Amino acid sequence: MASMRDIKRRRSSIQGTQQITKAMKLVSTVKLQRARANAERSREYFSCMYDTVTSILKRVGHVEHRYLTPGTSGKKAVVVITSNRGLAGGYNSNVVKLVTRNPQWKREDIVAYTLGNKGREALSRYGYEVRACNNDIVESPVYADAMKLSEELLRAFSAGEVGEIYLAYTAFKNTVSHVPTLLKLLPVEYAGEPEERDGKAEAIMTFEPEDVEALDLILPKYMTSLIYGALMESVASENGARMQAMDNATSNAEEMITDLALKYNRARQGSITQELTEIIAGAEALG
Amino acid sequence: MAEKNTFLLRIITPDRIFYENQVEMVEFNTTEGEIGILAGHVPLTVIVKPGILCISEPEEEKLAALHSGFAEILQDRVTILAEVIEWPDEIDQERASAAKARAEERLRSKTPETDIARAETALQRAMARIEVLK
Repeated sequence: MASMRDIKRRRSSIQGTQQITKAMKLVSTVKLQRARANAERSREYFSCMYDTVTSILKRVGHVEHRYLTPGTSGKKAVVVITSNRGLAGGYNSNVVKLVTRNPQWKREDIVAYTLGNKGREALSRYGYEVRACNNDIVESPVYADAMKLSEELLRAFSAGEVGEIYLAYTAFKNTVSHVPTLLKLLPVEYAGEPEERDGKAEAIMTFEPEDVEALDLILPKYMTSLIYGALMESVASENGARMQAMDNATSNAEEMITDLALKYNRARQGSITQELTEIIAGAEALG
Repeated sequence: MAEKNTFLLRIITPDRIFYENQVEMVEFNTTEGEIGILAGHVPLTVIVKPGILCISEPEEEKLAALHSGFAEILQDRVTILAEVIEWPDEIDQERASAAKARAEERLRSKTPETDIARAETALQRAMARIEVLK
């Protein structure tokens, strides 16, 4: 049985950890609220963008366009959004797994653009090619960052360096549920058939400039908004995941402390009993 | 006829809803030239070019510098998805003037590396900012 002193020391060390996890939980709770508000505000822009793009694609149907057909290169660019710091439960590793555990992807074909230090560390450890990384973006994403990244990706796509572009991020459903998601950015996927144009108001929408030219201009914006939206959701998810992880850690610490307190009291009682037995035994020997 | 001569204008940026109100007319630059929209316009989608956005509310006029994005125009509703847009009081005049000078300089001293299109957009942006402040 561990000595009283050992148990006491252990207990105070766990108490110290518990205070840290408690504080981290509070910090992430506050950050989560802000990030969630931001993510919700950006959703409005994104959904309008999505509606417009789908309505254009619906009209033009299956047109030959450079952003709608896969490039000749077999390489795939993947934007991996993770956090810079750990202690967020499975948040980072789940996103990384989307890339490493994908049965259709070969390691040589992947070019990773990582946002967030954890993703970069993990992917280069697995031996993936990390083309570019920018770790500051995920701290507080602004739209200009997303714009820069999407320009860079489009350049690589147009130059034929990569044939497809994916986005690996964590979608924020609600405070407790965050879903690692893999999204295809380019070529823009459009599964639906051109709809019948009967009596619908939007069917007579005209475009200036013409459809194909409009696609040229709108699709990059669409991509930027996707990246931006993914960034916002990832930040919210990160803080949500960290909040949960820290909440678990705090309650685990609580459990351990109760357990140790019990052990300590038992050890104390044991030592008192032992002392008494010794005194009585000594007194008897003398008598 | 007098009852419905306004329409709903919504300007949405990635970070916020920039503006949402009933207006009489809105004017801005597009890739095909300047456009002014009244209620009951033909449904149209246009791409924005840097310039001034002029909102005519029933009582007053409002100006803003609109830099990029696109607009979806329906009969009773106009939605502008703006990537970058600023109210006059959000513009830093000195920065705008500096940016204008820089862009002009780049256009004048044309070297093969100069990205003309980019310098021109930068110039248009700076000019729109300065124009709105006037």
